[in-house]
Amino acid sequence: MDFEAVIGLEVHAELATTAKIFCGCSTKYGAGPNTQTCPVCLGLPGTLPVLNEKVVEYCIRAGLALNCRIAGYSKLDRKNYFYPDLPKAYQISQYDLPLCRDGFLPLASGKTIRITRIHIEEDAGKLIHSAEEERYSLVDYNRTGVPLIEIVTAPDLATPEEAVEFLEKLRRILMYLGISDCKMEEGSLRCDANISLKPAGTPQLGTKTELKNINSFKALGRALAYEIERQSELLMEGKAVKQETRKWEEAKQRTLPLRSKEETQDYRYFPDPDLVPIELDPAYVAEIAASLPELPEAKKRRLIEEYHLPEYDADLITGSKHLADFFEAVLKHYFSPKAASNWIMGELLRLMGEAGLTPEDLTVNPAHLGDLLRRIDQGEISVSQGKNVFERVFRTGASPEEIIEAEGIRQISDEAWLRTVVAQVLKDNPQSVGDYLGGKTKAAQFLTGQVMRVTKGQANPQVIKVLLAQELAKVRKKTEETAGLARENKDL
Amino acid sequence: MIVSEEKVRQVAELARLAFSEAELRNLAGEFNRILQAFAKLNEVDTTGVPPTAHVLKVKNRFRADQVKPSLPRADVLKNASAVKDGSFVAPPVME
Amino acid sequence: MELCDLTLHEIKDLFVKKEVLPSMVLASVVRRIREVEESLGAYLALDLEAAFAAAQAADGRIKEGKALGVLDGIPVAIKDNLCQAGKETTCASRILQGFVPPYTATAVQKLLDQGALILGRTNMDEFAMGSSTENSAVKPTRNPWDPRWVPGGSSGGSAVAVAAGEAIAALGSDTGGSIRQPAAFCGVTGLKPTYGLVSRYGLVAFASSFDQIGPITKDAEDCALLLSAIAGFDPLDSTSVQGEAVDYTKDLERELTGRTLGLPREYFGEGLDDEVRRIIMAAVAQLEELGARIVELSLKLTEYALPVYYLISSAEASSNLARYDGIRYGRAVAGREDLATYYTRTRSEGFGPEVKRRIMLGTYALSAGYYEAYYQKAQQVRTLICREFEEAFRAVDAIVTPTSPTLPFRAGERLTDPLAMYLSDVCTVPVNIAGLPALSVPCGFAQGAPVGMQIIGRPFAEAAILQIAHQYQKVTAFHRARPYGAGRGGQDGL
Ligand SMILES: [Mg+2]
Ligand SMILES: [Zn+2]
Repeated sequence: MDFEAVIGLEVHAELATTAKIFCGCSTKYGAGPNTQTCPVCLGLPGTLPVLNEKVVEYCIRAGLALNCRIAGYSKLDRKNYFYPDLPKAYQISQYDLPLCRDGFLPLASGKTIRITRIHIEEDAGKLIHSAEEERYSLVDYNRTGVPLIEIVTAPDLATPEEAVEFLEKLRRILMYLGISDCKMEEGSLRCDANISLKPAGTPQLGTKTELKNINSFKALGRALAYEIERQSELLMEGKAVKQETRKWEEAKQRTLPLRSKEETQDYRYFPDPDLVPIELDPAYVAEIAASLPELPEAKKRRLIEEYHLPEYDADLITGSKHLADFFEAVLKHYFSPKAASNWIMGELLRLMGEAGLTPEDLTVNPAHLGDLLRRIDQGEISVSQGKNVFERVFRTGASPEEIIEAEGIRQISDEAWLRTVVAQVLKDNPQSVGDYLGGKTKAAQFLTGQVMRVTKGQANPQVIKVLLAQELAKVRKKTEETAGLARENKDL
Repeated sequence: MIVSEEKVRQVAELARLAFSEAELRNLAGEFNRILQAFAKLNEVDTTGVPPTAHVLKVKNRFRADQVKPSLPRADVLKNASAVKDGSFVAPPVME
Repeated sequence: MELCDLTLHEIKDLFVKKEVLPSMVLASVVRRIREVEESLGAYLALDLEAAFAAAQAADGRIKEGKALGVLDGIPVAIKDNLCQAGKETTCASRILQGFVPPYTATAVQKLLDQGALILGRTNMDEFAMGSSTENSAVKPTRNPWDPRWVPGGSSGGSAVAVAAGEAIAALGSDTGGSIRQPAAFCGVTGLKPTYGLVSRYGLVAFASSFDQIGPITKDAEDCALLLSAIAGFDPLDSTSVQGEAVDYTKDLERELTGRTLGLPREYFGEGLDDEVRRIIMAAVAQLEELGARIVELSLKLTEYALPVYYLISSAEASSNLARYDGIRYGRAVAGREDLATYYTRTRSEGFGPEVKRRIMLGTYALSAGYYEAYYQKAQQVRTLICREFEEAFRAVDAIVTPTSPTLPFRAGERLTDPLAMYLSDVCTVPVNIAGLPALSVPCGFAQGAPVGMQIIGRPFAEAAILQIAHQYQKVTAFHRARPYGAGRGGQDGL
């Protein structure tokens, strides 16, 4: 029997506010344990939450970008459960009246994935399991109260590939909106997946499992693929899938059931009496809508239309808003879209990869790349010289002009002088010339190299190519004439 | 009987409270008396009546996204029963 | 009469005339504390060293005529559920033993900023759950009029401290009557402000949608002074209401002519002690004589207030009290073998029986399958009760009822019967359900015990109910009776 997978995602994104959701503590990542906590986020007795306005704004931005309806009336609720990372023993979240609902996000295939809801909530702390983890765990509340949005999709995804594409698209949008770092490795983007199987072509839903601990896009794809395999094996054997939460084990590339108490969760949601309702003025929502940046899909289409970039280039460059902004900034200085795109996709991404940088860390001045492209186009320096110069621009931040001047880099295109150099090289390398004339065209490369060596790499390779061809042709002609004369002499 | 002893036991577990068998029996009895008295609420027709979570008409109470100093860590940990490496010590969590 | 038996406004006047200094008042109060505290048990902790130091500073200001305000140099007691930085705050619970907050409740900070001398922290029912102060995990507090009676609760310690001259004034908190009922039982004046008028920041939560901090004093004028000092918007409390600062003494001297007072039938029916009824009706006659128009009215939903109150407050409490797990603060149990056991042991050993009962009731009311029938139903009836009050206030300026349906009861009498104990609050909880302001004023004695009259106002109409109380107190002397000192037995001469 063939099975179809039914997949829904629950994505948590930490919002890039400077302060926490209900207090003034910093949200910066990586501080020493419990150094970014206060009576409010520690939930000390008598303290009260006050909602950070940016959290509401950011959630609305996400909602608008994902085609959601924004609620005119919304409220915050308590989700009650005991866990040491939750200092109040309840999480302030939203239950029946989330800020955003009924949105969608289209995939490349044109298939639309429905977004059920987006709501705001507070993050929990972090449990640190020590070497003696059997005996105790340590609790760090720095992350407690960092604002989150939770984005819940309908079970519209059918394959691991669709799920990964959705998550990548979603991440791209959130980053364009500037509302989240979306760093899966730092936990600022987290994804749980619900998955069940059903016989192909039937509407009947199977029992689902919930997958947790998915820490990368690759892990999402693999965990879902593993689960499809596992569930279909069970079903083929006529066994039932157990409704449970399973954990993705990266090291062993498998999912395992989370050890859970027999007690079923009963979160006892109720409206938080410490917080008042949120009533949004349509004018305020419209204002946010008007301030939304161009989103990845729109930008990609525009790059294709406006600059005639190939789809592949446009997709890669709009992969990050920073990269796309950089691209367009380069064009402002020197308009050569395809060249700019080539340099970004080639040299720039290579250098960034080597340096372990993400597009957000990009510090290259777009004017510098524009200037470099112009100099290459005008023949002032060669492409290979340009690559050298760009590497220095990338590493030092110096301008191409400074580097070119300091290193005395220039391109010699003076034909008369280069012709004498070429002639001299031919004279000095009769063997190679002979080889060339004897049909070994590869010898031309050696000769070019010799010219570059003599000119310290500054000869314009285009000019050399032409001159070398002309000079070799002359030699050939002379040789043939000499040979012809000899024959004539013989005949005489 | 509105509430069984078994239900009272479940609620206790949910609330992280433990009771002896005698206490539990007693509690179930009290629960039933209290809830029986409270069943009076069913006399009130609340069809279409919205629930009141807040008597106030206050809405949209926000703070600016501004960082304020956190509490010095020594003060954060001062009231804890056990502390290690700048962190609170909790019993082992099994997952 | 000793200085400690004077009112805040009397002492303030003596300060202005420079006839008395704060340290003299403090000395008198401390003398009284030494005399009676052992038998009354009003305080959980005294902080006299700090009070004396503060009194010295206040002396200097009073001498120079540079008082920080009317509270400067006035000895005040605060209930043990109000956080003060550096002072152990326990809510009279074992589970909070040793908890020293690093922050101060906004209301307490306002007192400190205005020069009040904080004497110490008063006893209460554990986490403010109770009506007799017998649920304190530390000790019971006795009624100064007769130690066999309970002082009421949960702010029993604050009410006793003021009644007995162990403090000039006090702060309490009122979730279902916890200021008004002990004020009635102890013969003092206590006011529960409109929900949102006084910041709850730093008040350890019991039921967040009902809790309010309020003054307990010797008369209405003092109440007005103390309320003016603590009321006002606080950006740290999302449920605190924005508004201009109000001087609640402003309207006190206005006459009652033209005021319409309503007597809700349902508060005078079955269950009301005959003597209490007689005394309240006499007080109502007195108000009529003062020019108020008295009308009867009906608040039909009154009988549903008790279940609404207990379901919602217990539900909120079950969530508010879930944080007490012994990890970050408070009393911890030995042994940390596994999480669930640790939580359960800490909480079972740390909470007293009434607190556990309410956590259980609240957890049940919120749990899957019961939410609609209990919690949500109660919230819906709450809406109707609010509407009923709104409707009533179209016809009347204030509503007058008994504060408690009975006289102070004997210690131990209702401890074994939670429902009987809950009935003590039957007149006070409707006010919290609707978030209204209400106060209790002494209006007579029966069998030597004080009786309190409750005056309920429109939202934020504290000035109006204080005016009614003050006008009443101008022509009566019940509020001047004192259980100790020269005023001892004062009720006999009335
Ligand atoms: Mg969530
Ligand atoms: Zn904080």
